[in-house]
Amino acid sequence: MTLEKGKMIEMYRKMLEIRHFEEKVYELYGQNLVPGTIHLYAGEEAVAVGVCANLRREDYITSTHRGHGHCIAKGAQLNRVMAEILGRKTGYCSGKGGSMHIADFSIGILGATAVVGAGIPIAAGAGLSIRLRKTDQVVACFFGEGASNQGTFHEGINMAAIWKLPVLFVCENNLYAMGTRQSRVMAVENVADRAVAYGIPGVVADGNDVMAVYEAAREAVEKARRGNGPTLMECKTYRHRGHSRFDPATYRPKEEVEQWLKRDPITRFRATLIKMKTLTEEEADKMEQEVVAAVEDAVKFALDSSYPEPEEALEHVYI
Amino acid sequence: MREITYRDALHDALREEMLRDETVFVLGEDVGRYWKGAFGVTKGLAEEFGDERVRDTPISESAIIGVATGAAITGMRPVAEIMFGDLSALAMDQIANQAAKLRYMFGGQIKVPLVIRMPFGAGVNIAAHHSQSLEAWFMHVPGLKIAVPSTPYDVKGLLKTAIRDDNPVMFFEHKLLYSVKGPVPEEEYTVPLGVADVKRDGEDVTIIATLYMVHKSLAAAEELSKQGISVEVVDPRTLVPLDKQTIVNSVKKTGRIVIVTEDCRTGGVSAEIAAVVAEEAVDYLDAPVKRVAEPDTPIPFSPPLEKFVIPDENRIIGAVKEVVH
Repeated sequence: MTLEKGKMIEMYRKMLEIRHFEEKVYELYGQNLVPGTIHLYAGEEAVAVGVCANLRREDYITSTHRGHGHCIAKGAQLNRVMAEILGRKTGYCSGKGGSMHIADFSIGILGATAVVGAGIPIAAGAGLSIRLRKTDQVVACFFGEGASNQGTFHEGINMAAIWKLPVLFVCENNLYAMGTRQSRVMAVENVADRAVAYGIPGVVADGNDVMAVYEAAREAVEKARRGNGPTLMECKTYRHRGHSRFDPATYRPKEEVEQWLKRDPITRFRATLIKMKTLTEEEADKMEQEVVAAVEDAVKFALDSSYPEPEEALEHVYI
Repeated sequence: MREITYRDALHDALREEMLRDETVFVLGEDVGRYWKGAFGVTKGLAEEFGDERVRDTPISESAIIGVATGAAITGMRPVAEIMFGDLSALAMDQIANQAAKLRYMFGGQIKVPLVIRMPFGAGVNIAAHHSQSLEAWFMHVPGLKIAVPSTPYDVKGLLKTAIRDDNPVMFFEHKLLYSVKGPVPEEEYTVPLGVADVKRDGEDVTIIATLYMVHKSLAAAEELSKQGISVEVVDPRTLVPLDKQTIVNSVKKTGRIVIVTEDCRTGGVSAEIAAVVAEEAVDYLDAPVKRVAEPDTPIPFSPPLEKFVIPDENRIIGAVKEVVH
């Protein structure tokens, strides 16, 4: 454990922010306050937080349809994420993108794409841009195990590999692509095993252990920053809720769900921090209360914000 | 004025923009020093600017466009080449769902200064996977601009403008045009997007034509002038934005219109132009709108078959005579 205390506490707070934010989004969805659909990140917090804790403000991430957690971990403001999800003018995309398309270029969030796997070549392109502009930035590219069956996975990672681009490919393997279990659509057990096809390192991390994710990502990020090319990092994790909206996820065996819930990344990290005396129970509780309040503030901000004017639909097609 | 080929005009535009702006770079299959582009457009660029800025890629059309898009939203100005326009189908998600939509989806936070070059067109007997004209696919995607230059002058000026534009620009060439020569000034110039060019003045009938069909239409107009029919040939030069005013003005003058494009007739470029005329100039028409286009088939291989489906001077002349008489 090489991390300083403050950093670990900050990571814990980010995980709490994501969890409470997502549970609140779920609640608002039930109250018909969220247009469209939602894909919640609850249960996978250790991945986004463990990876992004290694990134600088100017580093990039690309995100997915299940992207709220990535954005919050990279430093997005809860207020503006919530406002976007609720379709408000004050949202990150002025209501043009919604839950599946949040971006904040000022802090390197290159945006979430809702086409599965489409962000992989875009992340490689950001890596190429870094190379050509001669900076020491890196890109973390998030995607699910389902995306690893897309052609873009092969094309994008291959290109990043041959050119040694500074990209960390982060596969969040939550076992199910919608209702399709990984074993039904992949003949290998680990997505990371596919790295051998590109001549790059493939590593598997416990995606419900934020310190394990942090350590694996640290090595890959340092390698990328030194100009030694990409890594394919697979984080084994599990989503607490269904794929989207009110999906009850009946395709998942009850025992499996229970097993994974026992390995909840936030419960585990809290226990670790308390055991290490990094936090006391009281401090952890207090932090959680602060986070709950911050999420409530975000909801208030979003609900108090107006919708865009209808005619704004015509703006931003071209520059 | 000196005359150079369309190929050299493209090359010169790329070279000048790469010299002017170090964020401009080229990527695509075999665009580098070993092959120099399938049609020779990038010859010498790798030697001058290096392999980093003139980048050979794997055969991965989707990633070529995805990588170019990722670079474009992080400060670069990529010019991506797709070897044959038909292969754009492989990159369609990255073009139509990513490059075209990122700016809009993200509420205008970013620009996507990306040029995607590709050749369309038949006439060299390479059958259905290397000969199509698919401009209309992209006209249906808001967020993309579309250039269809027909001459060396236009191709150079439009490519320079496209590279400097902050939107994704689809830059469609025609493989029979690469060796066509025309006057191109030595000095710097650009051609704006969205401004049509009247390639020949006339009084009796307007032909709207694009890409290689401009040349066939000019040849037809020359022949028709010998028969006493004065034809105006208008080249839109860009399809998005489309210079509707120049089209409407020409129709106001002549009262008759023939639209000549190489793409399939149904849902094609000609259909959109006909719709513009129907909406904005129908009162000036003395005859129905006439279209000369590919008859909704894949492009066949054998020379007589291919010749049959591609519009030629005789079909253009026939169409003009129909609207005149």
